Amino acid sequence: MQKAELISHSAFFLLHFSFLTIMPANPNRTASGYPSNTLTRSPNSPRTLFGTLMTGLTFSAAAIALLPLVAVLSYVIIKGASRINLGVFTELPPVALQAGGGFGNAIQGTLIMVAFGALISIPVGVLAAVYVSEFAAGTQFASWIRFFTNVLSGVPSIIVGVFAYGVFVLTTKNYSAFAGGFALSVLMLPIIVRATEESLKLVPQETRQGALGLGATNFQTVARVVLPAALPAIVTGTTLAVARAAGETAPLLFTALFSQYYLPITQNGVEALNQPAASLAVLVYNFATRPYENQKELAWAAALILVLLVLLTSIISRFATARKVY
Amino acid sequence: MSSHSQSSGKNRSLNFGETLELWMNKIFVPLTLFCALSIVGILLWITFLVGMQALPAIEKFGLGFLFSTSWDPVRDQFGALPQLYGTLISAVIALFFAIPVGLGVALFLSEDFLPPKVQVALAFLVELLAAIPSVVYGLWGLFVIVPIFKEVGRWLYEAFPWIPIFNEPPSATGLGMLPAGVVLAIMVLPTIAVISRDSLISLPPDLRQASMGLGATRWETIIKILVPAAFSGIVGAVMLALGRALGETMAVTMLIGNANNINVSILKPANTVASLLANQFAEASGLQVSALMYASLMLFALTLLVNILAEILVRRVQRI
Repeated sequence: MQKAELISHSAFFLLHFSFLTIMPANPNRTASGYPSNTLTRSPNSPRTLFGTLMTGLTFSAAAIALLPLVAVLSYVIIKGASRINLGVFTELPPVALQAGGGFGNAIQGTLIMVAFGALISIPVGVLAAVYVSEFAAGTQFASWIRFFTNVLSGVPSIIVGVFAYGVFVLTTKNYSAFAGGFALSVLMLPIIVRATEESLKLVPQETRQGALGLGATNFQTVARVVLPAALPAIVTGTTLAVARAAGETAPLLFTALFSQYYLPITQNGVEALNQPAASLAVLVYNFATRPYENQKELAWAAALILVLLVLLTSIISRFATARKVY
Repeated sequence: MSSHSQSSGKNRSLNFGETLELWMNKIFVPLTLFCALSIVGILLWITFLVGMQALPAIEKFGLGFLFSTSWDPVRDQFGALPQLYGTLISAVIALFFAIPVGLGVALFLSEDFLPPKVQVALAFLVELLAAIPSVVYGLWGLFVIVPIFKEVGRWLYEAFPWIPIFNEPPSATGLGMLPAGVVLAIMVLPTIAVISRDSLISLPPDLRQASMGLGATRWETIIKILVPAAFSGIVGAVMLALGRALGETMAVTMLIGNANNINVSILKPANTVASLLANQFAEASGLQVSALMYASLMLFALTLLVNILAEILVRRVQRI
């Protein structure tokens, strides 16, 4: 609360300071017949007081909003960093009362499921965005697809988990990394479509006209000219979607379930995908409520890795998209 | 693929890349159309699958499912009233805290209180709040928010026992509707702040200039002109936040206490539909799966309705 107060005070000063700089006593004004310093604001009038009060309130709202961000980040970093060591990345999760251990299998499982999800959702998402922004731009149909994309991104992640459970677990009678990866792909799809669409909008119309004027087909224009031009922005947007998917827990709870062991990697990898898989997010959930100190510490360490993943990709994509080429 | 017959004039076979390109020239637009339609397809598929799986439970319990309070897998008796109640009340608590703060942030970041560069940086920080995984909020809430709100809850109970929502003391664990609602508020705050800000920013500048020109102060302009003009966008932002709060799972599951009963007191443990699914799906079988699908169908329908309304409202302000 002290912080909020501090900010509301500084708001008050800022307001008065800006007021002074905007309206200095202007000697030229007298020449036009008006005496100087008549257009001052009376600080005690109800209108000014109301404005100052509201400004203070919004400043405190901003401080209140940033408070949890600082609190979550500092807590996760302090609690998680003390438990991070090399073993955490390679060893298997500890059972009750066992010391040490790590979440190597959860990192492996998360990577495999996110990669599988990305493998489905990136091509479909990018091509869907290509249709909306290249072939149906400005039409009612594009607007409808955009509408459904937003609706799909609003579907709760647990419902997507229920859907993947129905598609895979009920039919194969088997919890699997396949099911988890499929759920993640549905969650990534709308984010990728929107990120790609935004990136394609930045490519100037002249590049398309130039390509088409040289006799290129639709496919050649998109694949050789438009997509390469938009590629950096698409990659950053997609990375953001992938990082977010890595933190999703709810859809994995009853699709990939959890596993104490590494997934067996065979030549075609299918065997690994057919089995229940561990993930960082589910590990945090499972270990957070256990009474064993060592497992709680691992939950914090895994949470730190998830937070860093999202934080770093967000910051990098921020800088990458801030520098627009065109 | 008969690439030989298509080689025009030149007497050589096409390599794979060239064959692919020939084919893509023909099917590229339909292919992208198919991908675009797959988004609609997935939504329909979700609806169909969840609906079909819920059918046995719908036939057995009918609408009584929505008004029954028993959830007993052993006797195959299922009713989702406590969970639906918990879903709605936790979302209301979240919005109660998130609306004033979120609107304050939106105004703070859309008006010229700060230089544009600082505004953009702060907006990014608020967006980061939405990027932190929900399970991390659950973990943090368990160790920070729950102990704090155990004390706050005890104080509320001692000071205002005559208010129905505080009429019972918090449980020993401290888990309950209030801490879950507070963490939910933090999670939906960025949605309200960012989308309201977008609506305010997309208003035409003439509105503000005209109002200021008539002698209104900055805050008179904001409250009497800008907020009413962006109102549908702001309501849309609140609806989107409501949609997220209704479907949010991990943080709520970890903080709400998962008690399948209805308590007027928000200091007591409760449950939501999403938490019910998170807790029971992995071990469910038979009619229980169907009952859980029925509950998911209700949650899905509710969030879909809220999200579609929100989308329509947010679009309206962008068309001004």
